[in-house]
Amino acid sequence: MTNDVQVEAPQAPPDATPTFAMLRTLGGISLISGLLVVLAYQFTLPIIAENQRVRTEQAVFRVVPGAVTKRDFVLTDAGLVPAGEGVQGELIYAAYDAADQLKGVAITGVGNGYAGPVTVLFNYDPACQCIVGSKILQMTETPGFGDKMETDPEFLENLKALDAKLNADGTALINPIVTVKHGTKTHPWQIDAISGATLSSNAMGKAANTAAQRATPAIQRDLAKLTAANHTGQD
Amino acid sequence: MVKGIEIRTSPHLKRALNVQQIMRSVVYAMLPICAFAIWQFGLSAALLLATTTGAAVATEAWFSRLRGAGNTVADWSAVITGILLGLTLPPGFPLWMAAVAAFVGIGLGKALFGGLGYNVMNPALIGRAFVQAAFPVAITTWTPAFAPSRFVELIPTTLTAPFMRPESVTDWIAGLGVDSWTGATPLAMQKFQHIETPAWDTFAGLVSGSAGETSALLILVCGLWLAWRGCLDWRIPASVLAGAALTALPFWLVDPGLYPSPWFVLCSGGLMLAAWFMASDMVASPVTPWGAIIYGVFIGALTVIIRLFGGLVEGVMYAILLGNAAGPLISAWTQPRVYGAVKKARAKS
Amino acid sequence: MAELPKHQEDLSLDTFVRGLWKENPVFVMLLGMCPTLAVSNSAINAISMGLATTFVLAGSGALISGLRNWIPKQVRIASYIVIIATFVTIVDYAIQAISLDLYAALGAFIQLIVVNCIILGRAEAYASQQRLVPTLVNSLGIGAGFTIALFALGSVREILGSGTLFGLHLFGAGFQPWVVMVLPPGGFFVLGAWLLLFNWIKQRGERRADAPTGVPANAR
Repeated sequence: MTNDVQVEAPQAPPDATPTFAMLRTLGGISLISGLLVVLAYQFTLPIIAENQRVRTEQAVFRVVPGAVTKRDFVLTDAGLVPAGEGVQGELIYAAYDAADQLKGVAITGVGNGYAGPVTVLFNYDPACQCIVGSKILQMTETPGFGDKMETDPEFLENLKALDAKLNADGTALINPIVTVKHGTKTHPWQIDAISGATLSSNAMGKAANTAAQRATPAIQRDLAKLTAANHTGQD
Repeated sequence: MVKGIEIRTSPHLKRALNVQQIMRSVVYAMLPICAFAIWQFGLSAALLLATTTGAAVATEAWFSRLRGAGNTVADWSAVITGILLGLTLPPGFPLWMAAVAAFVGIGLGKALFGGLGYNVMNPALIGRAFVQAAFPVAITTWTPAFAPSRFVELIPTTLTAPFMRPESVTDWIAGLGVDSWTGATPLAMQKFQHIETPAWDTFAGLVSGSAGETSALLILVCGLWLAWRGCLDWRIPASVLAGAALTALPFWLVDPGLYPSPWFVLCSGGLMLAAWFMASDMVASPVTPWGAIIYGVFIGALTVIIRLFGGLVEGVMYAILLGNAAGPLISAWTQPRVYGAVKKARAKS
Repeated sequence: MAELPKHQEDLSLDTFVRGLWKENPVFVMLLGMCPTLAVSNSAINAISMGLATTFVLAGSGALISGLRNWIPKQVRIASYIVIIATFVTIVDYAIQAISLDLYAALGAFIQLIVVNCIILGRAEAYASQQRLVPTLVNSLGIGAGFTIALFALGSVREILGSGTLFGLHLFGAGFQPWVVMVLPPGGFFVLGAWLLLFNWIKQRGERRADAPTGVPANAR
């Protein structure tokens, strides 16, 4: 950096700079900056939206095998509302096969793991009232331990028939989904932890439980909306 | 190099030992432990020890040649590092990983700091910490002790090709005909299932674990011999063990079903080996008498805290590395104040 | 390199090349350590981060150089930061548009380019005094140096830590990944190793230059 020494430019003493010059410069630069940022935002907005749509779709189709189309619903206090009707809220994704039969509902859940939140997409089967598949959307768990949640076949077996039955009122699960110590799983609503990655496994259990507790009452209540959707237009 | 190290000897020894003599004594003291490891785990343990020692010596030779400072292999310290490292690894640890550990331990842990006498932390533990972080599965793969075929065949993971993943040992262990093998060391059984292995088994070393950490009795005898020879500061192992036992005691008194007894804490895992042979590393430990005690208690207490409340089963390695890191600070705190000869003498008494 | 750039620097090959080696931001100046250590866990992340930083360097450098005669000294830092932040925001949107996976992998470190000291350092030390074209060329050189350095780290960490390079498997299924390499300590290990190598080469070169005849045998 020897040649980059700051050199005083031969200009007027500092206090001679008129206030107006400073204001003009900062104002001008802010103007250019604003212009560039807004241009970039406008230009990339449709591309980013499309990227997000494709990503969600791929994730849903991966977690619900055999699905070829999906419809998004917003989870509200009043039940499920088809997305795009101006209602904001958590989304669930109903996935349909080629014959327009409901194959499953993809619901998201978040649990705190060893190194941060673990976001998981679950495949909820309304017919058997259970979680039959999962895909981790985002996590920062330790490679070699926590990421066994994605690869360990023994652990993934837990998430192939995870009981999520609703109680008689249809407001909450009869048995909350919990993660239990490695080798002590006795009930279908339990997840057998990976030995050595208990905290990560707990996160998976919490994610499954929050997802099921939040979404399944509404899904079961408005099941007709989901199955009826197969005759309306889809993309 | 010899003059650069100040060695405090026990009172009964009149002549000062030089570095080479001390290091050789440490090697002699470790030989019975190595022999027990080989008797217990067979050929794999022998190969493992040979590999770590060979790799450590080769690394030392290479770095001393790069530095152009003469051959420092002759001071035996690399041999010690190699043997110690081998003793702390699981007996079926792949040899290539063991060589990596020795290279990192000597290279990163010692040579880059300037060689013997300048390293901040124990080189063997640096090497082990590296492979613990790099190969977390292989370093927690345990095999049964006293397998019937241990002198005729190797543990299958030993000869894993370099850079390859070791195969699973589950089938091999099932074929051994060893009864009631759970794949867990006494420490893991205590931590996760709260089953305490009988005290005599852990004391004598009739259990599974890292190659050279199983027999608390043997390590104790060898360590005491070294202390008698004046090759290590008895305060360090004594205070490590006392610190661990005293930290474990209140928990055990509150809930003996959940927490291990102090006796189990002392005899299980690598604590005994670490207290006598690793915490007492002359370069990386404080030099003042009170400093040595603070340092030892710190390591012992930290070990138990990691074991009881941490995610890891064994915590003595990180406890010692942290103790090493705190060593210079402890030394500085506990410097006897030197105002004059009289006060200095009083401070020493 | 002895003369001070009181006058405008003439455009030469050195304007570009010195960013690669003599003034390499990572290996020589040790600037921008935060992204260097954080996102160099795979080759693709490293290169993306390098290119994003290069874009911000070039864009902000060009704008600052173009406006250098209108920016009063008193408000220069504020002006530079606004300009740098503008380009960082553009890069942020651009990466989202290119790949959301990449965006997720790079995480907060895209926004953190704004506080990368390489960029403000260049703005203060070079762009604010030099003409547009040399500034652009110099920024690209520094950016290329940064990208190369990140790739040097990222490729080693990805090869050892995952057994892949750009996601392609190099060693077949049996490879044992060195987990530590994709974890934060791996960044420090690999950076240290590269610095060791570069300093060793440099010292050896200097020693050769000093004593062209009698190189000690043990210096090897």
